[in-house]
Amino acid sequence: MSTNPRSGTIQEINGPIVTIQLPGARNGEQVKIGELGLVGEVIALDGEEAIVQAYESTEGLRPGEPAEGLGWPLSVELGPGLLGGIFDGIQRPLEQIFLRAGDHIPRGLTLPSLDRERSWHFVPDPELEIGAELVTGMRLGTVQETDTIEHRILVPPDRFGDLLELAPEGEYRLEQPIGRVRTPDGRTRKLKLYHRWPVRTPRPFRRRDHGIAPLITGQRILDTFFPLMKGSKGAIPGPFGAGKTMVQQQIARWSNADIVVYVGCGERGNELVDVLESFPKLQDPYTGRNLMERTLLVANTSNMPVVAREASVYVGLTIAEYYRDQGYDVLVLADSTSRWAEALREVSGRLGQMPVEEGYPAYLASRLAAVYERAGRVETGGCGNGSVTLVGAVSPPGGDFSEPVTAHTKEIIQTFWALSKDLADARHYPAVDWVGSFSEHVHTAAEWWHREVDRDWENKRGSALALLARDAELSRIVNLVGPEALSSAQRWELEGAALIKEGVLQQSALDPVDSFASPEKQFLLLNLMLTIYHKGAELIELGVPVQELMTLPMLTRARRAKQTYNSRQTDKLREMLEEIVLEFEQVRLEYAKFEEHAR
Amino acid sequence: MSAREYRTVASARGGLLVVKQVPRVAFGDRVMIRDHRGRQRNGQVIRTSRSEALILVFEGTDDLDLETTWVRFMDEPLEISLSPELLGRVFNGIGEPRDDRPPIVSNVRRSVSGSAINPAARTYPREFIQTGISTIDGLNALVRGQKLPIFSGSGLPHNRLAAQIVRQARLMDEESGFSVVFAALGVSYSDARFFEEDFASSGVLGNVVMYINLADDPPVERLALPRVALTAAEYLAFDMDRHVLVVMTDMTNYAEALREVSTAKGDVPSRKGYPGYLYSDLAEIYERSGRIRDRHGSITLVPVVTMPSDDITHPIPDLTGYITEGQIVLSRELHNQGVYPPIHILPSLSRLMKDGIGKDDTREDHPRVASQLYALYARAQEARNLASIIGAEELSERDRRYLAFADAFDRQFVSQGEDEDRSIIETLNLAWELLSRFPNDALSRVSETDIAKYHHSGKK
Repeated sequence: MSTNPRSGTIQEINGPIVTIQLPGARNGEQVKIGELGLVGEVIALDGEEAIVQAYESTEGLRPGEPAEGLGWPLSVELGPGLLGGIFDGIQRPLEQIFLRAGDHIPRGLTLPSLDRERSWHFVPDPELEIGAELVTGMRLGTVQETDTIEHRILVPPDRFGDLLELAPEGEYRLEQPIGRVRTPDGRTRKLKLYHRWPVRTPRPFRRRDHGIAPLITGQRILDTFFPLMKGSKGAIPGPFGAGKTMVQQQIARWSNADIVVYVGCGERGNELVDVLESFPKLQDPYTGRNLMERTLLVANTSNMPVVAREASVYVGLTIAEYYRDQGYDVLVLADSTSRWAEALREVSGRLGQMPVEEGYPAYLASRLAAVYERAGRVETGGCGNGSVTLVGAVSPPGGDFSEPVTAHTKEIIQTFWALSKDLADARHYPAVDWVGSFSEHVHTAAEWWHREVDRDWENKRGSALALLARDAELSRIVNLVGPEALSSAQRWELEGAALIKEGVLQQSALDPVDSFASPEKQFLLLNLMLTIYHKGAELIELGVPVQELMTLPMLTRARRAKQTYNSRQTDKLREMLEEIVLEFEQVRLEYAKFEEHAR
Repeated sequence: MSAREYRTVASARGGLLVVKQVPRVAFGDRVMIRDHRGRQRNGQVIRTSRSEALILVFEGTDDLDLETTWVRFMDEPLEISLSPELLGRVFNGIGEPRDDRPPIVSNVRRSVSGSAINPAARTYPREFIQTGISTIDGLNALVRGQKLPIFSGSGLPHNRLAAQIVRQARLMDEESGFSVVFAALGVSYSDARFFEEDFASSGVLGNVVMYINLADDPPVERLALPRVALTAAEYLAFDMDRHVLVVMTDMTNYAEALREVSTAKGDVPSRKGYPGYLYSDLAEIYERSGRIRDRHGSITLVPVVTMPSDDITHPIPDLTGYITEGQIVLSRELHNQGVYPPIHILPSLSRLMKDGIGKDDTREDHPRVASQLYALYARAQEARNLASIIGAEELSERDRRYLAFADAFDRQFVSQGEDEDRSIIETLNLAWELLSRFPNDALSRVSETDIAKYHHSGKK
């Protein structure tokens, strides 16, 4: 793959697109552009000219300046030291850049992505013997990367063969060899703690596997109503102000993934800072450690060069696949895939390609599908099963879900968490719309819920959704003729739906008790609201006036239960359920007495 | 300066010049153009190849000919001079004086296109700015370093609101106000005049830099103006340690100018003819606001965007909303009812409010009070809709209470005088006055402690 650098000359500069006279260039090849040495990538060839997209601003660049084809495609460094870091769209370490260059990102600055000075405590795999046959993805040893994550040093995809030498336990820097291998072509090659991989090529694995467990996010509307399996793909579309970023951050905080890769793609700088500043102070609900230890950020904010935005998603996914290959469940959050698609559109527009819908190029759908297809649960080369779950935010212009990016995404993903402006305006958060959302995994997830939480999960979920559907129907009538036109039973249905909405669906990200709900708490709350509804409906059948039920103080208590008891206090929720059943019994008895009296 | 002159203009239209036989011109460089009468215009290279350069002419291409037009490549990017002397001055869109005073002379010259702030260099904005306006402070609080636009419509009092924010904005515990960078893009003479007089009468004029492009000034200049203004703001904030409030009105005119030029260039249009890069272009402007680690100063940005036909889904407000940290939306309906400021709270939002309010910043009940007011007002809108169909008399007692609440909210909480500067405590007390119309158990979003402390039923 690597050839000697070839030199060329800049012909034309049109924004981020630079045309370079560069004979022998290859599509996808990295190019150093101009005297500043900007980084770019060949995206098309035309005779001896290479069309190059620059990852950095081309201001000040002149025709006639030199350029250099580097001979390799856009690649990332994979090794210990990634976690807790923040990288730009082409994996440059932003914290180091800040220390080196100050507030703004200078151009033409190349720093290694991983710290070369830091040494790591390497423990070779005890079962590995000299002469053993190394297979891609096999474990060479481990390094404790953070307190929670053990980094497994793998045989790189291009270095399999016979193990000639493996270093003893000890401290090693990234560039120090930890072993040697003889590859099938007879060459002896060094093994190090890190290796490089081209981002546009999915990393190899043994075979694909089914998802077996849902990703638990601690968010009731997501887990209970529209589950997403580990190794699957989901999308969060929503107009601005509907809370996409908030939902994504909640998922990043509370999900039970081992590693979270947060790709800020064309979004606000302050949102990434929010993650950088708040995560180290937050506790992982599963390990009790600070959340930044399992998180890494890839940041290409909206004001950073648009071409690197396109690359950032691939960089995030490649890093995720690398941890997947170590046997971890990795979650990738891409906020937002619309900005990624717009980067494609901008480049295709500058190349004068024929636009199809809303200016997007014809290859939008296939590129989107290829990106989402990198999610999956797989059997790895040597670390058991691992998975990459991909959740992409979508920002449809004007909140119109029929626009190309949302429409194409909808065809690819399996879980669709649609955000609604109306709900957000009414401050119903998370503003996930139960009518427009769907999950293709309800049955698969049910197996897990029935085994781990309660055998009635799928039933309860179904009756809650049915109640919400009735509510929508009845609300239409109310909006036309007023609530007086409804029967008592119908008005109680409205109240039941309101209980589900306020007591279960609405969840405050800002309330420390409510922010995360364990699956058990989720189920108990749902059960609580449904029980109130069903018990009430029975009483109404007996003739108890609906007004009497509506003023029961327990309704307010039930609505506040989510904030009153945390996920460890499930016994309190169970007690509450019992008390409420008793209270209803009391109402029934009193009413019977009253009836008798009246007779 | 190794400037080179050419008289090889091959085409001139739509604010764009093509100059032939000009090798090695740098992308983004500044250009001077001299027309047949010897008058000077300014331009910038926006595409360059070994044989020709495409130039954006800020003063437009009207009255240019191909034979006698001289083009001079200045061999430097579009830069402006920066010094503390900026304050109190008035400039045009490319930083030339508009106030008959000499140009700024300084060693500090910076390219107006700026470079992206390293996300790792930012700090999260979290200091509450009191604007004295209840609907903003109470429900959509602005914090230092935020970008919060006003979404408005033609004929609505967005400029009066922006001026009131400039007059009243201050931090809770600091007396020192903000330095103001005011950018006028394609506004009428009277609007620009209004701001100038308002700054003068409130005595802040010496603390304001104005960049003015009026409705009858060349539209292409509007493409440079926000960048010039923000370069000045960055200098004041991060070199001079000042807190800078940038007001831009009206960014819709900026986007229109961008469309005009992109169409002339032949760019592939996306929605409504706006170029596909409108989002990135606006983001390059808006993302220059913020706070930076270990720097004292800050840039808070309040752009005004008038929504064409009051349509919030129009590409300009839509893309703006995706970039900014919330939006303040003005309503024609409220305006017609005589409510000032006509801020419609339901579509309004401040994304950074959560970290700037509460116990240590404003008052402990603030977040919950805001959430409760929103819930009640949203519910009240349903009652209003119902009342408009079946009549208010037919409503249940519960709905009538919501209706009365919404009316009182619009009248007492939203409405306030143009000179009325309410403290956040006054705003919150006013909120409790309205909340106290409801019994305790109807207020599920405030805590029991809040009710005991602030609900009027609990007070003697």
